[in-house]
Amino acid sequence: QLPTGLYKKVLVIMHDSILPYMNEPTLMIDFLTVAYGIGGAISLLALNGLFILIHQHNLEYPDFYKKLYNLLDPSIYHVKYRARFFHLTDLFLSSSHLPAYLVAAFIKRLSQLALTAPPEALLMVIPFICNLFRRHPACRVLVHRPNGPEDMSEDPYIMEEEEPSESRALQSCLWEIQSLQNHYHPDVAKAAAVLNHSLSEMEDDISGLLELSGYELFDKEVKKKAIDVPLEFEQVRGLFGKKNDIFAEHFTLD
Amino acid sequence: SNPFEVKVNRQKFDILGRKTKNDVGLPGVSRSKAIKKRTQTLLKEYKEREKANVFKDKRFGEYNTKLSPEEKMIRRFTLERQQNYGKKNIYNLNEEEELTHYGQSLAEIEKLNDIVDSDSDTEERGALSAELTAAHFGGGGGLLRKKVSSGQQEEEEEKPKSRKELIEEMIAKSKQEKQERQSRRESALELTEKLDNDWKEIQTLLARKPPKSERKDKEVEKPKPDEYDMIVRELGFEMKAKPSERMKTEEELAKEEQARLQKLEADRLRRMRGIDEEASKKKPSHVSADDLADGFILDKDDRRLLSYKDGKLNIENEDQEENDDDEEEEESGAKEGDESEEESEEESGNENEEEDAADSHSDLESDLESEEEAAGNKEQNKHTTNEKESENVEKLDPEMEAAKSELPYTFTVPESYETFKSLLAGRTVEQQLIILERIQKCNHPSLAVGNKAKLEKLFGFLLEYVGELATLDLPELRTIDKLVLPLYNLCQMFPEAASDSMKFILREAAHDMAEVIEVKGHTTFPGLDTLIYLKITSLLFPTSDFWHPVVTPAFMYMSQLLTKCRITTLQDVIKGLFICCLFLEYISLSRRFVPELINFLLGVLHISLPKKQAQGYTVVHPFTPVGKNLELLLVCNKKDLESWQKQNLPLSIVTGLKETGQTEINHIRLSCLALCYDLIKKCAALYESLPSFHEIMHPVRVLLTQHVPVNEYPEKMQEWYHSALKELENKVKHYTPLICEKKKPVPLKQYTPKIVKVLEFGRTQGGSKKEQESKQLIRKHRRELKGAIREIRKDNQFLARMQLSEILERDAARKRKVKELLGSLATQEGEWKAMKRKKGKN
Repeated sequence: QLPTGLYKKVLVIMHDSILPYMNEPTLMIDFLTVAYGIGGAISLLALNGLFILIHQHNLEYPDFYKKLYNLLDPSIYHVKYRARFFHLTDLFLSSSHLPAYLVAAFIKRLSQLALTAPPEALLMVIPFICNLFRRHPACRVLVHRPNGPEDMSEDPYIMEEEEPSESRALQSCLWEIQSLQNHYHPDVAKAAAVLNHSLSEMEDDISGLLELSGYELFDKEVKKKAIDVPLEFEQVRGLFGKKNDIFAEHFTLD
Repeated sequence: SNPFEVKVNRQKFDILGRKTKNDVGLPGVSRSKAIKKRTQTLLKEYKEREKANVFKDKRFGEYNTKLSPEEKMIRRFTLERQQNYGKKNIYNLNEEEELTHYGQSLAEIEKLNDIVDSDSDTEERGALSAELTAAHFGGGGGLLRKKVSSGQQEEEEEKPKSRKELIEEMIAKSKQEKQERQSRRESALELTEKLDNDWKEIQTLLARKPPKSERKDKEVEKPKPDEYDMIVRELGFEMKAKPSERMKTEEELAKEEQARLQKLEADRLRRMRGIDEEASKKKPSHVSADDLADGFILDKDDRRLLSYKDGKLNIENEDQEENDDDEEEEESGAKEGDESEEESEEESGNENEEEDAADSHSDLESDLESEEEAAGNKEQNKHTTNEKESENVEKLDPEMEAAKSELPYTFTVPESYETFKSLLAGRTVEQQLIILERIQKCNHPSLAVGNKAKLEKLFGFLLEYVGELATLDLPELRTIDKLVLPLYNLCQMFPEAASDSMKFILREAAHDMAEVIEVKGHTTFPGLDTLIYLKITSLLFPTSDFWHPVVTPAFMYMSQLLTKCRITTLQDVIKGLFICCLFLEYISLSRRFVPELINFLLGVLHISLPKKQAQGYTVVHPFTPVGKNLELLLVCNKKDLESWQKQNLPLSIVTGLKETGQTEINHIRLSCLALCYDLIKKCAALYESLPSFHEIMHPVRVLLTQHVPVNEYPEKMQEWYHSALKELENKVKHYTPLICEKKKPVPLKQYTPKIVKVLEFGRTQGGSKKEQESKQLIRKHRRELKGAIREIRKDNQFLARMQLSEILERDAARKRKVKELLGSLATQEGEWKAMKRKKGKN
């Protein structure tokens, strides 16, 4: 009913400026459910208000996790509200009573979407996934399947499936994280390599990583002191003079 | 000492070479020592434990260590005198003070002296000398001495000397004699030296001037042996012929070069894998390490082979470090190459054609590569032109040559960027290069102390200059292309400074971008200069390292560019594609995964499609499924589609798109699209080894197969399209289940003895130096603690003993007193009784 911009503004301040001052916060249920159903960034934002209603006002929300699962799409790693969203998702998935198939589906989906994520999001989501593994040891088959079939021609996981229980996530493996071990950012590669080993008991604290920005990462890298600087040993012949230079094929210096 | 007081610690086994400290003990002695010490310290304290009085030593300067004892005495004496002065001396008019020496009154000493003198001879007999004897007994020397002695005797008789005077006299004499002897010896030495020198001078004269005939009579037999001797000696001193390194054959040189490159490559691979060796092992080894190395080195091999075909040993060119040393030699070598100088000039234009260069005169080509040498060559060239003005200069433009000859030969390193710019302003590219070379040569760090810092600055200036060239309306990319060489050389010389200035530039750029984003919420692509900087980074530094101080920030920056910058114009697309190319080049060896790259390419494809709802794939920021930048690359005009030819995109359109026709723009669009297809193909080739290759490429594949209007494309574009699609499709889907690395089992604690090899007896084995030190400290502490406890215990015992003895003493005294009292009382009683008895009797 509201224009998108206004919708967003209202939802952003919902949890700390509106709900605490209402006599009957439950009146917001309809508004929030509608907002949650819209999809995209608005759904992400509505999550926060809903959480308060569920948590403090006994709201019973059917298929909550299914909807949350369907909220996950490539844009979650790129939107502004990434930190808020992952903070809440972390809360929702912190219960140890969740079924393994559900958590596995979340893990699988998050990691598959991570294939399009920028490094700052990756640095946050990989410890996030590690934490899920720690909370739900039953999901560890995703990274450790010693008696599985030798070769598979397909990933058993079905990305398009909307129902987490039907997604066959528990029969899959986290090849995505394995791919990320080849990421160009050294920290991401290291973080992804953690899953190669058995995890430590302690959960990682991801609250500091939620707000990470690309510029901060850049700054951190630039400020690192290097002991010595390795140099290219191939002799330069000009701007595009390298062997098999891609630029020479497609650009000219004019 | 008393054998009954010695306690011998018997050794169970005698071990050779072991020194024992405690084989014999003297318990009695040590005990008595300890007791004595305790009585002096502990007992004293104990006795004074309840006393508040303190004994103060007020003697002047008693505890002042700075004063020497003599001074102390003097001061005390004066103090004493001052104290006594006022009181006594008022009435003491006449009393003279008695002068003393060492506490004896001088007067008495004088009196005593005579007595001493009388029997001095008997005392001094042990140290008799001739003079002494002469002095006393007239001596046994010659007449002269006798005279003297007699004179002395007379003197002695006349004026009896005291013994002291005599001895002093004697000492003085002997000293004098000694001095004289020394001076005599010195003068003799000087004289001989002088003689030697004179002789040498004369000798040279003799050897040269007098003709043989004259010399013959003097030294007939001398000259011949002299000559012979000379030869012999020369032979002796001459360098013995040693077996030197033999000349290496070309194969060996090639092998060496290959080994060097192999080592460098191995180094690079190690860095690429990063610190975590195990992690890299776990990675699906895309290509076995051997494979990659082989392929790479083979490539290199080709190049090197080309460069030494012409039979010269110019393989050395590639060691830049040695270049400076070799310069001189190679300059001379370059003379031969002069005739073909012109060719090098020509070839500098089309460097890319390696074959050509190799076929003709690859040494010149490689000369161009290593810039210092080129400098050598050119200077050589210069000399010849200046000296001869001859045919060596044929092809060069005469005007240019004139301008060239105006260039000074030495340059100082410019202190600021402005002076640097003015130095290069108005010069042609070649001249600029020459200037830069000369600056480098004249200010080589080995020549003066400050040169290093200066040249380091030069790198920064050069970078700045390149940036400026790139931001011009008509970017002088050809110049930049040439300027990369000096940049590379400077970077090889000063890696730290180069990396610092590069990092500085990147940081500035990233900082600007972050600021713009903060203010506006979005940003645009940076200018061409930043792109060029990123390109230069890939030329100067190895981009395959796991972590690199410059390259990793560059990666981050490029990632930001691809995700944060808005795409509104065709130029933005080209810039984005340029960065994609950069990414691909950066990761071409390491095959690292760059999600942003795929996202961007997908987005570019997306904007080439006609507007409709995207299905099966999602585009992410900066592209949106619906938005302004849609259809940016869409070309509908049939004619343009048909007339399109794949062309290389000129970089200059990045800075300003000239007002061109719609057709032109459409062609550029199509070229971009073709480039995008090619990049997708290359990505697919690079990433095929990733386990989730299909998931990564899934959106692209969906877009290519379901949405792209292939049939509308011109034939060429269809080729691009199909080759890209083929690369995507013909990969086998292959998934192997993941297995964690096994945890290293923690060994159980066991009680079997630990067996250690003992290398040296009596010394603790193993552990680092630090560990051993800490162990030693612990041991020392324990020993000290034990000793301290024992001492305290003994102190307590001693005190208890003292207290007991005190009590006993006190008791004994009381007993005695009681006895006395009782005794006295008894006597009283007795007396009293006796009195009573007496009374009773009475």
